[in-house]
Formats: sequence, structure tokens, C-alpha cells
Amino acid sequence: MTGTSPPADVRRIGVAVPELLLTGAHHMCPGCGEPLAVRGFLEAIQALGVARRTIAVAGIGCYTSFSMTTDVDLVQALHGRAPSVATGIKRVRPDALVYTLQGDGDMVNEGLQEVLHTAARGERITCILLNNGVFGETGGHMTATTVPGQRTKNTLEGRDPTVHGHPILIGDLIARLDGAAYVARGSVHTPGAVARTTRMFRRAFETQLSGSGFSFVEVVTMCPTGWFVPTLDGPTYLHDTLGAVHVMGELKVDGRVRSTEELRAENARAEADAARRLAAGGLDEVP
Amino acid sequence: MSGAVRRALLEGSEAIVEAAVGAGCRFFAGYPMTPFTELLEHFSRRLPEVGGVCMNAESELEAVGMAWGAVAAGARAATGSTGQGLSLMEEALSEITLAELPLVTFLMARGQQDYHQATRGLGHGDTRHVVLAPVDVHEAVAHTRSAFEIADAWRHPVMIYGDYLLAHTRESVTLPTEPAVVPDRPWAVDGTLGGTGRSRLISPLGFAKAGQHSPGIEAHQRAIAAKQERIAAAEARADVGACDDAETIVVAYGTPARFVRAAVAELRRGGHRIGWFRPVTLWPFPGDALADAAGRARRVLCFELSAGQLVDDVRLAVLGAAPVVPIGGISTDSSGFGVGRLLDTEVVATRILAAHRDEPLPPLPDSGGLP
Repeated sequence: MTGTSPPADVRRIGVAVPELLLTGAHHMCPGCGEPLAVRGFLEAIQALGVARRTIAVAGIGCYTSFSMTTDVDLVQALHGRAPSVATGIKRVRPDALVYTLQGDGDMVNEGLQEVLHTAARGERITCILLNNGVFGETGGHMTATTVPGQRTKNTLEGRDPTVHGHPILIGDLIARLDGAAYVARGSVHTPGAVARTTRMFRRAFETQLSGSGFSFVEVVTMCPTGWFVPTLDGPTYLHDTLGAVHVMGELKVDGRVRSTEELRAENARAEADAARRLAAGGLDEVP
Repeated sequence: MSGAVRRALLEGSEAIVEAAVGAGCRFFAGYPMTPFTELLEHFSRRLPEVGGVCMNAESELEAVGMAWGAVAAGARAATGSTGQGLSLMEEALSEITLAELPLVTFLMARGQQDYHQATRGLGHGDTRHVVLAPVDVHEAVAHTRSAFEIADAWRHPVMIYGDYLLAHTRESVTLPTEPAVVPDRPWAVDGTLGGTGRSRLISPLGFAKAGQHSPGIEAHQRAIAAKQERIAAAEARADVGACDDAETIVVAYGTPARFVRAAVAELRRGGHRIGWFRPVTLWPFPGDALADAAGRARRVLCFELSAGQLVDDVRLAVLGAAPVVPIGGISTDSSGFGVGRLLDTEVVATRILAAHRDEPLPPLPDSGGLP
């Protein structure tokens, strides 16, 4: 059997539980990318020193269980409805750092209107999307971000755009709204991507705290259970399928919108650079 | 403005908004829809004047979500719509009830066809809202302040059931000027407890942060149900007139009860032993008070502008002690608002008298076709 246990050459080098986690234990499946993303934004909050003024709003999905383990004030919202709840909180407590945590089914299916209007309004909150292209909690069903060809329980032969429509590139959509000040799409399929995504969280929160508008971080995450691939194949599957459509990078910085082509070129340069450094014996981190 | 009260001639919508602001409401979110629209207009003008926020939400879904967040963050907050808009809010209203948030909702209904909607839980699950049904603008002012107080006392949503007439009628009202006492809300999220191990979680599911007591879904829902039973025992209110010697009791709520009251007074002057009974709270329904009044009567009439919704609660209260006769019906103007030709004191009196004499009811008046 492959993909059910770590490879033999993996060694544990230490345990680092973010300070804002009440417990490191979680209920996610093996290989899930969501805990990495949660770690990223908790570390960004910690680094900014704003834990004592942070209010979170959680949507409904697998990640909802982090409502109980993240050590920040939190309101549990309905599926899709976190941005409006966060809006009400921010308008009452304008000095708080307010973020939502939502999945692709939550935000891009059920709650698409909410997040678009919140962005257009320039609401000074941060919306975080954990995008794995599938309804993980129900057991692997198609969402609005499922990529063409992706097999799910209700697209057994793969998503066929002529039948099931095309995926929504939500980050690109939001980047084009005037109220959106910072928009980025990260990933957690490599250590370098995790580090880069954590920096995106930090920039998004800084954008909110500076009062310049709405900020948005999408994180493409592994869901080997919902993708029906071996656990260890998750990162590679992400890179080759979802990552090829939902391309990683900063989609809007300082009012400038960047195209998918620009991001692809930037990522290709970075990967080539990293490969050169690796060959020269340097770090394997992709910047 | 002088002394402890302020008298003003105000349209119902404006009077409600003034009362809400006086009650300490500092957040409102809504989406325009007749006859709710003027409430939104007045809130959008008044709240910024007192340091509050009024949001022009993108839909009723966002309106109730924004109000949810504002209440969770500790503000006295409200939302509202017509029955149609409330249909869109129901999922959130159920969850807000389970999250024990003291939200106030203004249902400015198009008529009386939203009684079931208001009293049967507003959505999924075993949830009920306290529903106050003012008979006129004067009472709407008092109910608005009560709504925020009841909501806070129980940490439970409260709704005002208003309508087209209430929203658009100008009356001389007395506005209280004594400042509202807004209780502390230690449960509200203000963001200050992050990283302390004591951070708060406002969840409809009965979940708590790791390390804190978490009742779980079953125990949480049972606790809400038990609280609703306590609310039902404590908050039922009725307004009763001339029932002591009445052979016939007419039950009606909201602004149509004004027409019933006038019709009964007229019939009393004619020597007919008729009384009236008005549920002031629709939930909890004042069933014991009605059963008490009905125990001495020969018949109980039910006047409502719908195909028959209030009559369910009337029958449950009377429990066969007297025959229950519906004397209302669907009656709208050409735009669908519940101000058709049935809403006429003379027409109401004719129907009451026919039922009082055990005679057949005259046909419902025709309000006319398209405008």
C-alpha cells in the first residue's frame, strides 16, 4: 500500500505549536493542507502582535473545527455567510482585526454574493479562502472551483465544462473590484509555498490594519481524501491540477492587478532560480 | 423636547426608529421593500447622528448576517423586512436563536399572512422568537423599547410584527427620553481575549473553545428549548375588553384589532354582549388568558386578514370549550397590501353580528382587480 504512512526517511525535527492554538490536535484527515494554512495565519497574527484585538468568523466546512482550537474570539457563522457577519463585527469594532475563514464550497458556491459585495464595499476585513476544489466534509463533491477533469463524487468522469461549467477563479474576480486593496493566492504544497503564504497573510492583515480596504488570501490546500488520491500524492496532485488553474501569486498589490500569465512567468522564474540554487547546494526553498 | 417625555406627530416607521435609537440600538442593516422601506430610510438618517451604523445590505441575507455580527460584537442591533424578505433571513434567524443572540427584528408585513412565519419558529429547528404585535403607533413605540429589553433579558431574539398601516400611519406619540440601560455583555466578542486561553466562541452548535465546558449539540438544544418554555411562561401578554359578560368574544391582533375594537364598541352600544381579546404577544400566545375568557362565552370569533393562521392558536387555546368561528379572510389592495375592503369597521361589525347571531357570514368584499 502506498500513501498510508510516512516514508521511511522522514524524521521529526521538533514540535512547534503556534501560540494561538489551544491544542495541536485536530480532526483533519492525513495529508490535509488546512492545518498548514491555519498555522500560517495564526503565526502572522502573532507576529503582528494583534492577538488581543482579533475577531474571527468561521464558515462551515472541515476547517470549522478550528473554531474550537484557535485562541482568538470567534463567531461561528452559516455556510457562505461569514463576510456579512464579519462586516457587522468590524463596523461595531473598527479597531479589531477581523478575518473570515471559509472554504471554496462555503465562499465560492453558497456565499459568492457575500464575498464579492464585501470586497466591492472595501470592507476593512480579511477573507481567507481554503480552496481544495472539493466539498471535503461531505466526502468529495464538486465545488465552483473544481478544475476541469477533476474527479469528484458527483463528477465521476471528471468535471466536464460542457456539462458542469467552468471553475470560478475567485481571486482574479475579487482583484478586479475597486474595494479590494490586497489579493493573493498561496498554497501549502511545499515548505516554500507555506512560507510564501504566511507572508501573504501578514501583508493582508497589514492592509486591513492600515485601513486601505478589503484584503483577501486564497490558499490552495491538499485534500487527498476528497480527491481520491494516495495521501502522499496530495502535494503533487495539487501542483499538477488545481495549482495549474488557480495559479499562486499576488494578484493585486497597491492597486495593480496582475494577470495569470504574469504570475505563471514569475513562478517559472522562481522555480528555475530555486533549482539552480539547489544544484549549487543552497536552500531548497522557493521564494 | 422637554421633561421626561417628548411628544411628536410621527409616521409609524419614524416613531419605531426613534424608539429604537432611544433604546440604545446602534446598528441596523436592511434591504428596501415596501412597507419596510421607510424604516431603513429613517435608520440610515438617524443612526449616524448618534454614532451608530446603518448598512444598506446587498440583500436580506447580508442584512441579517451583518446584524448577527453586530449583536455578537456587543451592540444593540436590529434588522427587518417584510414577510417575503424574512423568508430569506430564516436560516440565519434560526441559528441566531441557537447562538443566543439578542437580535431585534422588525417584520413590517404586507398584511397578516405572515403569522405562521413569525410564530412557528422562523426557519429550521426547535426555535421560537418572542413576537410583539402592536395595535397602533403609540404601542409600537413601547414595544420597540420592550423588544430590546426582553431580548437582552433572555439572550433571545425578539420580533415586532408591524404592517402596512402601522408603517405608514401618522399618530401623535410620546417618546421616552430616559436613557436606555444597556446591560453588560461579557459573552460578546470584542477581540480582547485572544492568546489568553480564555477566548470566546459564539456558536449556534453548543461548542466551546478547547479546555472550556462544551455542552455539545443535544444538551445545548435542550437548554434552548427549556429557556423557550420559561419565556413562554413569563412573557405572554394580552389586551382584553368587555369579556366579563360577553356571549361572543372576537380575537384579533395588530392594527386590524383596532377595527375590531371599534366595531365591538359600536355593537355594545347596540346592546349586544360582545367582547374582544387581543394577543399582544403572538409568541408566546396568551392561551391561558384566552381560555379563561372563552370559558364564559358561547362562541369565539377570529378576525384576521388571512386564510386562517391565528385561528390555529385560538383553537388550541379554546380547546373545544366554545365553537371557534373564523370571520376574516384574505383581503388586499391591488398591490397586495393587507388594506383591502375587509378592513372597514362597518364591514367587520356586520360580520361579527352575523356570527354572534349564528347566521351565515356575508361574502367577503371584493377589493377590486388590477390597478
